[in-house]
Order: sequence, then structure tokens, then C-alpha cells
Amino acid sequence: MTRADLAGGLLAFIARLITGAQGHWKGCPPKAEQRIYFANHQSHLDWVLIWAALPHELRAVTRPIAAKDYWTSTPLKQWITTEVFHAVYVNRARTDDQDPLDPLLQALGNGDSLVIFPEGTRSNKSEPQAFKSGLYHLAQQFPGVQLIPAWIDNVQRVMPKGEVVPVPILCTVTFGAPLLLAEGEDKREFLARARAAVVALRPVGS
Amino acid sequence: MTALRDLPVDQQVGLLFVVLFGLLALGSVAVMLMLRREDEASDRRLRVLRDLRALWVGALVFWLAWVSAPVGATLLFALFSFFALREFITLMHTRRADHRSLLLAFFAVLPLQYVMAGGRFFDLFTVFIPVYVFLAIPVASALAGDPQRFLERNAKIQWGIMVCVYGLSHAPALLLLNFPGYEGRGAFLLFFLVVVAVVAQLAQEAFSRWLRRRPVARHIDRSFSYRAWFAGALAAGAMGALLFWTTPFQAGQALAMGFIAGGAGTLGDLVMKALKKDAGVRYWGNTASVTGAVGLLDRVAPLCFAAPVFFHSVRWYFEL
Repeated sequence: MTRADLAGGLLAFIARLITGAQGHWKGCPPKAEQRIYFANHQSHLDWVLIWAALPHELRAVTRPIAAKDYWTSTPLKQWITTEVFHAVYVNRARTDDQDPLDPLLQALGNGDSLVIFPEGTRSNKSEPQAFKSGLYHLAQQFPGVQLIPAWIDNVQRVMPKGEVVPVPILCTVTFGAPLLLAEGEDKREFLARARAAVVALRPVGS
Repeated sequence: MTALRDLPVDQQVGLLFVVLFGLLALGSVAVMLMLRREDEASDRRLRVLRDLRALWVGALVFWLAWVSAPVGATLLFALFSFFALREFITLMHTRRADHRSLLLAFFAVLPLQYVMAGGRFFDLFTVFIPVYVFLAIPVASALAGDPQRFLERNAKIQWGIMVCVYGLSHAPALLLLNFPGYEGRGAFLLFFLVVVAVVAQLAQEAFSRWLRRRPVARHIDRSFSYRAWFAGALAAGAMGALLFWTTPFQAGQALAMGFIAGGAGTLGDLVMKALKKDAGVRYWGNTASVTGAVGLLDRVAPLCFAAPVFFHSVRWYFEL
């Protein structure tokens, strides 16, 4: 067991202690297939929560997306994102000669699963914002990869914006049925459908 | 009986656990045999198995608490408090401005209360939450600067602390309570409490089915009636009287204590059912579709209500 494994185990343990991090597999079983999980984004903890809700054997092959400039700025941040989470780095600053999706396509080409938050930024409203088009392009280029919608519930209560210490409150991650990109489906239509699939997973009463 | 009383304390307690686990094992075997005829996945079978598992977990927790007392017992129940409070707060839809008050509740009040239980500072232990925390939480809340639903938000947090932390912390306190002439036998007191609480629960259910009285509060609990409650508490008292030789009480005192603790426990269960309905939870357990309803809270609810009432009755009556 390496130091990164230990740190990962510890982080998952803390996430479970504070939030329960329950995964509810409503539309699909937790299987070691290549998948793109896409979820609503309300807090910095979202990724850790999905990661902790996954069964242990899926964690190593499921990778988050991290902004390169921020997550490589200190050795500790870089260590956590590379060694523990195996993050895929993307450049936030758009350059003409490079597609920002390139690192993601590369990771999918390697056979890894990804977790993406198609809203792009965190929203503190209860409804998710409109989805960005990255999901559509990934679905187009890798039709064999399952697209799994997920709803993360309650996490904004654990750590509201501006606070640093989390309050213990139970959270759930609900995974839905895989989504398929229909033949010749319009980009906007597909993104609206994907967003609706995420919202539909929201538990009653929240 | 006198031969039993002459045994050293450790052996008496050891015997208690041998008997307890023996009964549980026998009961489990009997239940398994009964269930052999049932369908593999029938509702009844699943429910019975879940209850059986809960009983085993409860007995194991009790034993662990005893062998590791006082530090282990305190830590164990502190962990239970933490999980129960976490579940309660999840269901109560707190607001953003409650963040600091909640941090106070989870990371200051809860550990302090259990430190006082573990250290046997029972005078401060008794008033710390009802007096000091009661006044401190609204101050923290007011400093957060959100006037909306101020009273309601504070009431939720106070209530959660009172039930999940204060109530439950009396279980390890009972283990550690020093009775003159009864040193080291706290396990029997906790055992007494748990047994009468369980008996009250079971008896009340049985009587309500048998008596078929009009329910008092149909929207909360379809089976609760005054008669059934009274019968349940009385059964708990009778059980207490039967167990009097394990406690420092006389038979009559044991009956009264059993009645009080059992009655308080079933009322606690009723209150928790109301809370459940308020939060929109229809079923506990992992099948519930409401985030946060994981089912620990309603399992410990009778204990949360019975333990403080029992503890303070004992302390007051025997002037400890």
C-alpha cells in the first residue's frame, strides 16, 4: 500500500464519516465498464463525494477533471490530484491551437472512466444551470462509452460557499440509467435531455 | 439467588453477558427454524431478519461498551450520538446561517458532554446542555445575522442536541453511575433500562393489536392508544420487578422505575414517528427515497427518551 492509497482511503473515510456518501444505483449497477458520469455541481466536495460513493475497485479507474493552473500551483495540490485522484488536467485559458477537450479524449482513449460537471461552474441555485457542450462532443466521439447521469443531494448544506469546516450532514449520490446520443440528435436537444436526466434523479422533498 | 449475589462483580457481569448471548443465540436459532418455511424474499422474513440483526448489533454494542468502560463506552455512545444527530439535522433542512451553530453542536457540545459523562462530572453533565448550551446556541445563531425563521431554526437545533446528545449520553452515564454498595454494576442498570424499554415497546404493540382501541393520534401512529401505552408501561414495570435482584432497587422501586423508563421510551417512539412524518419519511432504512433517512434515529429514540428520565429518577430518588 502506497502513501497515495492511504491518503485516498483516509479521504474516503472522512467523506463517509461527514456525509455518509451513500451511492444509490437506481438506473444501473456499479460495474467496471467505461463510463462518463455527469452530475450537478454545487460544491467543492462534489467530486470527493462521487468518488467515495463508488465501490473501491471503481475508484482507481474513475478520474476527475482538474483545472491545471489551480491544481498544480502547489506540490500538495499536485500530489493529491495526480497521485490520489489521477485527475485529468485541462487548461482553462483557451488557446487557438489546442482543443480544451483533448486531455479528456486522451483519457477516454486509454479506457478510463470520467466524472464531469457539465455546468462548468458551481451553482448555488437548486436547479442546475444549462449544460456546456463538452458532454455532447465526448458522446459523439466515444459512442461506446456509457453516459451515466448522477444527482448529488445535500452537499451544499455540508459546506456553504465561504465556509471552511464541513458540517456533518448526510448526502446521497443517485446514479441513473445510461443515456444514449440518438442518431443525428441536435446538440442543444441532447444537452437539455441530459440536464433533465440529472434533475429527474433528485430525491423527493429536496 | 444468594449464591449469585456472593460472586465477585466481574463474574456476575460476565454471567449476565453469557445469559444474554445464550438467549439471543437460542432465539436466533428458533427464528431461523421458523423462517425456513417462509418464502426466500418475503417481506416478513426480511423484516424479522433485520430486527434480529439489530438485536445482535445492540447486544454486541452493549458488551463492547462494558468491556471498554469508561473510555470505550463513552466513545462508542458518542459515535452513536454523532450519527443520530447527523441524521436528525439532515432531515431538518437547516439554513446556511445555521452553519456555525451546527459546528458548535457537532464539534464542541457533543464531545464536551461525553467527556463529562466519561469523567463522571454528573452535576455539570446534567445542566450543561439544558442551561449553557441552550443559551449559547441562539447567540451563535444571532451572530450569523440571519433573522429569517430565527426561532424555528434554533428550536430545531436545540431539539436535536437535546434528544440525540443529551438523551443518549445518559446511557454511558448509567454505566458509570456510582451507587453506594453497588460499585461496578452499572452494566446491570443499563441492561435493566434496555430490557424494560424493549418490553414496553413489544407489549404496547401486542396490546394495541389485541385491544383495538381508537388511535389517539391517527395521523401520527395508527396503533397508539392510552390503554395500550399504559399496558406497555405496566408490562415494563412487571419486567423491572422481575429483574429487581440485578439492580440496587427493592422490588417495588424496580417496578416504578421500569414503569417510568418503559413509558418514557414508548412516548419517545411516538414523538419520533411524528418527526418522521413531518420530514416526509415514510419508511426508514436504505430503501427510503429521502436523503438522510437511514434508520438509526428511530432505533435509538426510545433509549434517548427513557435514559435521561430513568437516570434522573434514580439520582433524585436515591439522592446520589
